[in-house]
Amino acid sequence: MIELFKNPNYDFIGKRRWAYIISIAFTLISLLTLAVRGGLRYDLDFTGGTLIQVRFEQVPTVAKIRASLGKIQLGESIIQEFGDNHEYIIRLPLIEAVGSEEISRRVQGALGSDPSLGKFEIRRVEFVGPQVGRELQLQAVYLVLAGLVWIAIYLAFRFDLRGGVAAVVAVCHDVIVCLGALSITNREFSLPVLAALLTIIGYSVNDTIVAYDRLRENRGKTAPRGRTFAQQMNDAVNQTLSRTILTSLTTFFSAAVLLFFGGKTLEDFAFVLFVGVITGTYSTTYVAAALVVDWTNKVEGRLRRGKKAVAKA
Amino acid sequence: MPRNLRARIALVLVVIAASAWYLYPPKKTINLGLDLQGGIHLMLGVEADKHVASQTDRAAEDLKAALERKGIAVKRIAREGNAAIQVELASPQSWNDSRTVVAEFNSFERRDEDQTAGRFRLVMVDARIRQLRDDAIRQGLETIRNRIDQFGVSEPTITRQGADQILIQLPGVQDPARAKALIGKTALLEFKLLDERTPVEQALAGQLPDTSELLYGREVDKQTKAERKVPYVVQKRTLLTGAELTRAEVQADPNSMGNWQVAIEFTSTGTRIFGEVTEQNVGKRLAIILDGTVYSAPRINERIPGGRAVITGQFTVDDARDLAIVLRAGALPAPVVILEERTVGPSLGADSIRQGLIAISGSALVVFVFMLVYYRLSGLVADIALGLNLLILFACMAGIRATLTLPGLAGIALTIGMAVDTNILIFERIREEMRIGKTPRAAIEAGFRRALRTIVDTHLTVMGTAVILLSFGTSSVKGFGVSLFIGLGASLFTAYFFTRLLFDLLYMGRRKVESISI
Repeated sequence: MIELFKNPNYDFIGKRRWAYIISIAFTLISLLTLAVRGGLRYDLDFTGGTLIQVRFEQVPTVAKIRASLGKIQLGESIIQEFGDNHEYIIRLPLIEAVGSEEISRRVQGALGSDPSLGKFEIRRVEFVGPQVGRELQLQAVYLVLAGLVWIAIYLAFRFDLRGGVAAVVAVCHDVIVCLGALSITNREFSLPVLAALLTIIGYSVNDTIVAYDRLRENRGKTAPRGRTFAQQMNDAVNQTLSRTILTSLTTFFSAAVLLFFGGKTLEDFAFVLFVGVITGTYSTTYVAAALVVDWTNKVEGRLRRGKKAVAKA
Repeated sequence: MPRNLRARIALVLVVIAASAWYLYPPKKTINLGLDLQGGIHLMLGVEADKHVASQTDRAAEDLKAALERKGIAVKRIAREGNAAIQVELASPQSWNDSRTVVAEFNSFERRDEDQTAGRFRLVMVDARIRQLRDDAIRQGLETIRNRIDQFGVSEPTITRQGADQILIQLPGVQDPARAKALIGKTALLEFKLLDERTPVEQALAGQLPDTSELLYGREVDKQTKAERKVPYVVQKRTLLTGAELTRAEVQADPNSMGNWQVAIEFTSTGTRIFGEVTEQNVGKRLAIILDGTVYSAPRINERIPGGRAVITGQFTVDDARDLAIVLRAGALPAPVVILEERTVGPSLGADSIRQGLIAISGSALVVFVFMLVYYRLSGLVADIALGLNLLILFACMAGIRATLTLPGLAGIALTIGMAVDTNILIFERIREEMRIGKTPRAAIEAGFRRALRTIVDTHLTVMGTAVILLSFGTSSVKGFGVSLFIGLGASLFTAYFFTRLLFDLLYMGRRKVESISI
């Protein structure tokens, strides 16, 4: 029998002060990066505009593509290599009064007018009008909020308010760190990234539930005498440790396969999952469980002090 | 002997059989999304207000004619906004007579009356506005469906979205630009007389009589391919529209080699009107106008009785064919704008499928091997459960006719990673129970029982977020949500119920069990 841990008994909860510093540091770095970069870089889905993916038969240069597009006056275009050096993505800003048919017709004409670019194939056209872009921005915010509210309600209902709030704080931590990682690596916030974030919201809470469930089961079985709440929480985390690590590993590998073999289109999506699995696993213990411990200590401490005060009087 | 063993085996067999039945043959039952098979996704906005405005215009014209028939002179009558008409009578004396005429226009209400000035406003009632807007969208949808049917696309999706949007999905279209032009064209065909008394130069300088307007035609130079705009001064009054057409067919243009034209034929009413118009206007030029562009303006040589005409305009055969299609299908009651477009070429789709499959098989392989190495025979049981999970997942997608998109494939890859979580939870719990000294059978019993609550919790939370994803309108995110939701639902059945059954079959028989391969 292969075992990762044999009756593990690490002091996770005891080191929570250090973990708070780390968590706060990561959150601050993420927020700072976002602030310095002026917020997230939004993908076409949210800003509106046109994206055209072109595959050339011969290897072109960006300068040549740019020169041929310069003639059609469709605003400042962004030209990026995509996948290999035969394939390029051209992004055009939203222009009033020029419809999507017109744009792709003009781009096709412009690229065709330079014979040195050779043969090419337009493989993808995406056009998002201003109205749709605004709608999607709003919906994205609603989606993430709906996800958080769902988690909070479910946990508050199944466990208690403290657990629900702590889990939501942990999830917010994960979301912020993922967004920070996105910003540091200069990736765009797109619809697939949004989907990945929501998955992480669900995923991150999973670990938390497993630990809480265990804590409650232990407390229900035999009232653990002589063990503080912090120790009980630490026991629960240790008992579920091998499951947590194993599940994280399999999910982590799935995300890694997507990241390295899923192609350019899935790359950002997989990247968020990749980061999210790591921070999700970490935050279960060091954000969610740790917060519940400190919160409970505080409440119980106040109760005890209250009782003493009553006794004295 | 465990409880209900036969019933449980039967249930699993039924599920497997049903899945196989839904899935067979996979090429036909699995619906590939546009990002995988190539095609066009279009979200059109219908400018329904323009339909209201044009109906108001028509009512204003009718009203003017009706007043004039009664001998009531009108100083000014004009549309105001989309749904109101401002009327000013030439003299206030005819006020009472005008009331009886206006009363017949029952979709309008009379407001802001000023008898001494002879002025009043007619405002369209809300119910009528709503009805017109709705008509514009429904007729637009019908017309577009008609055009696409004639263009020939297999399995198009054309549905109304929200209040005034139309969603169109055309899988496997090879020439997206042409399809877009065909769908987006308003195709309002009009016949109007040229205003030959107003010189074009004067019109270009902005001096136009109230009854005329300046329109342009396009001319393409054969040698240089350069496009030139040709101005025409056209009388505003529409004599005949495309609504009176019965046929539109492509013909070779006899006067210019290599060009094509569209021959049209009018209905009986159209034929009568066309005959009258040509009879009364011999020697004048009649402009043929499509969506505000003058295609040609031939001179009328004599009365044309047969109700036939041709539209020429240096068309290629595809241009002419598409024009004939839109004329036959009729005009859109209101113009449409493209709000969102996603077009994927067939070669990119094939690439995406390849990459998606690599990703799925890769993550499946990693998980399969890991489970086998770490949990041995129990790992094999989990792997079989995982295989069943994938089978059920694809069968459900075929059953509800869900579309498999690239994000959907990613969702499946992720489901594989998460579905084994259930088995890991159970197996770790069984190991723990054995460590505290339980017999194998008791450990299995306790492991499954104790893990159940946690499993339900974890599934419900992630499935909850999946529901949020799949209620999201955009197809890419939706596809991911669908596969995640179904995959996790299936995992409750396969990773818990089915695994339990296999364990019961392996270890709960009559013979004594010494150890578990876990």
